[in-house]
Amino acid sequence: MKNTKLEFSVGIFVMLGIAAITYLTIQVGTGSMLSGDTYLIESRFANAGGLHTGSSVLLAGVTVGRVEEIRMEPSDYSAIVTLRVLSTLRLPTDSMASIKTTGLIGDKFISLSPGADDTYMSPGSRITMTESAVDLESLIGKMAFGSVDKEKAQQETK
Amino acid sequence: MEKTSPKFALQVKGLNKAFNGKPVLTGVELGVPLGSIFTVLGPSGAGKSVFLKCLANIIQPDAGRILFDGSELTFGDRASQLEFRRRCSFLFQSNALFDSLTALENVALPLEQTADIANEEIQRRSLEALRQLEMEDYVGHYPAQLSGGMQKRLALARAIVTQPELVLFDEPTAGLDPLRRNAVFEMIAKYQRQFGFTALIVTHDVPEALVASDRVALLNQGRICFEGTPAEFSASNHSVVSDFRDSAAALQRSLAAIRISDR
Amino acid sequence: MPMFYWFGRQTLQLIFGIGDYSLFTAKAFCALAKSRRLVRRIVSAVHEQGTVCLPVILIVGVFTGLVLGLQGYHVLSRFGSQGLLGTLVSLSLVREMGPVLAALMLIGQAGSALAAELGIQRNTEQIVALETMGVNSHGYLVVPRLLASLLVFPLQTAVFVVVGFWGGSLSGSLLLGVDSGVYWSAVQRAVEVQDMKECFIKAAAFGILSISICAYQGFHSDRNASAMGARAVSVSTTRAVVFSSILVLVADYIISSFFV
Repeated sequence: MKNTKLEFSVGIFVMLGIAAITYLTIQVGTGSMLSGDTYLIESRFANAGGLHTGSSVLLAGVTVGRVEEIRMEPSDYSAIVTLRVLSTLRLPTDSMASIKTTGLIGDKFISLSPGADDTYMSPGSRITMTESAVDLESLIGKMAFGSVDKEKAQQETK
Repeated sequence: MEKTSPKFALQVKGLNKAFNGKPVLTGVELGVPLGSIFTVLGPSGAGKSVFLKCLANIIQPDAGRILFDGSELTFGDRASQLEFRRRCSFLFQSNALFDSLTALENVALPLEQTADIANEEIQRRSLEALRQLEMEDYVGHYPAQLSGGMQKRLALARAIVTQPELVLFDEPTAGLDPLRRNAVFEMIAKYQRQFGFTALIVTHDVPEALVASDRVALLNQGRICFEGTPAEFSASNHSVVSDFRDSAAALQRSLAAIRISDR
Repeated sequence: MPMFYWFGRQTLQLIFGIGDYSLFTAKAFCALAKSRRLVRRIVSAVHEQGTVCLPVILIVGVFTGLVLGLQGYHVLSRFGSQGLLGTLVSLSLVREMGPVLAALMLIGQAGSALAAELGIQRNTEQIVALETMGVNSHGYLVVPRLLASLLVFPLQTAVFVVVGFWGGSLSGSLLLGVDSGVYWSAVQRAVEVQDMKECFIKAAAFGILSISICAYQGFHSDRNASAMGARAVSVSTTRAVVFSSILVLVADYIISSFFV
């Protein structure tokens, strides 16, 4: 009798643990794994800073894909970002990809804006219309130096 | 090549053991006849426990040979060691019962962990061993719930359940009153006859040992200074033997001397 | 001059200790093949480490989540990024807090109990008795515990993390007013497969590490030259808890450095 009681409590514990693992996997699954068939498309950015493998690809605020790979194109020093998107999503050839930020200091993600063409992108094709990340630091830097320059200019005019 | 005569269950030749350079056993020679009760007597600190632990392969001797059933025991060889342990049981002075297991689980453990037998057979044999030692009413008890004598019986049940050919007893009567000492020796003698194992007992209780054993030996300062039958032991004039045997008389003499000097 | 002797002796002792511990663990894994009726022993070891320790894991998990939610909220709200609370809570829990705190709690409850139990079994000659019966004492006493730890530590960590998520949502969204949808979607977006891998690799590694250290200390409690008897058991239990806790944190740093 003692043994069966022990086995029962162990069974409960193991099942609880497995339930917790399943829950976590589902959490992650909805987050980072794409359910269903996918295909790859490429997009070329002048600056892919802040983007990393696994970053979200959103269309109208809905996650439709992930960043698969980021590499440098030696011929023109641009960044080639490979996106894995759901097969159910058919993108017009003139769609646009832009790198955006969640909030002021949040994660970078790729936002897709569908175009109006009648033809659709095939797997492996490249999005040409892109918008690079807004470099917050250089923006702030410009502002700061700009003000210094302004002061200098004011001093010089005096 | 010397051959062991087959009537010895255990033979010890030139056994030496020293701890930190201090010799405990020096050239111990002994032969335990098959199917007998053999008692090694000796004062405390004579190296009796160390001797027994060398035999049980718990302590590695520095030199010497131990022959079990005619074949030599070597410390390094795991197969021969396991073979020896399968055929030999060791009864600890402290019983060394598993305090987290019940009486039945204690007895079943050596079978469960060393023998390839079905669970039902293990249960049957364990219950049988407990029944033979009149412990069947305490199957579900934990060792801590049993009295000292019952713990000893439980330890013996665990020792005999594997049907050993040789059982080593380390001070089985230590700390027991004379009646219990008698009971323990009676138990050993009874089951030795019933199961036919060879018993090697280490103790310092002279009178009980002399009555119960077939042969006795005296271990003093790391060497065997007497070996023979109990009758020979009683008749011996060897100084160490007589000192040890007639300790009560010696006490009487020294007390008498104290009383005289008091006057 | 005496300082050099002291330093030399300590170094030698440390090397000897590490070697002895490695030998012990290696022996235990070799004994795996010789273990008999292992499943029942593993079940009772899972009970020792799992069921018995579950309440502590649940309580500590909830409170860790609560505190992370509270502290995280106040820091993030300075930048107006309360929306990232889920990211902060989930990543801290999955990557670090979950495996480490669960392991520390299990060391405190199951590891110390294991060291004390084995220490007393050594003291009362139960371990030697096993050997005289021809039972492999490593196989009987240590192997089931190690195998159970491989299973139990990841399970406990998963429970800890899930409960911690709920704790974070409790303090973050119920008490402090972050929208619960924002919190949970941040949790979902933040945790990636890589983080989960890190989490469970850590948990399993901590399990083997801490349980083997605790078992080693208890199993060889008679090797302490400084203490005998009951004192030796207390010394080895203390050492088991201290050494395994320290080494879990060291291992945490090393494993994390592989993943960053």
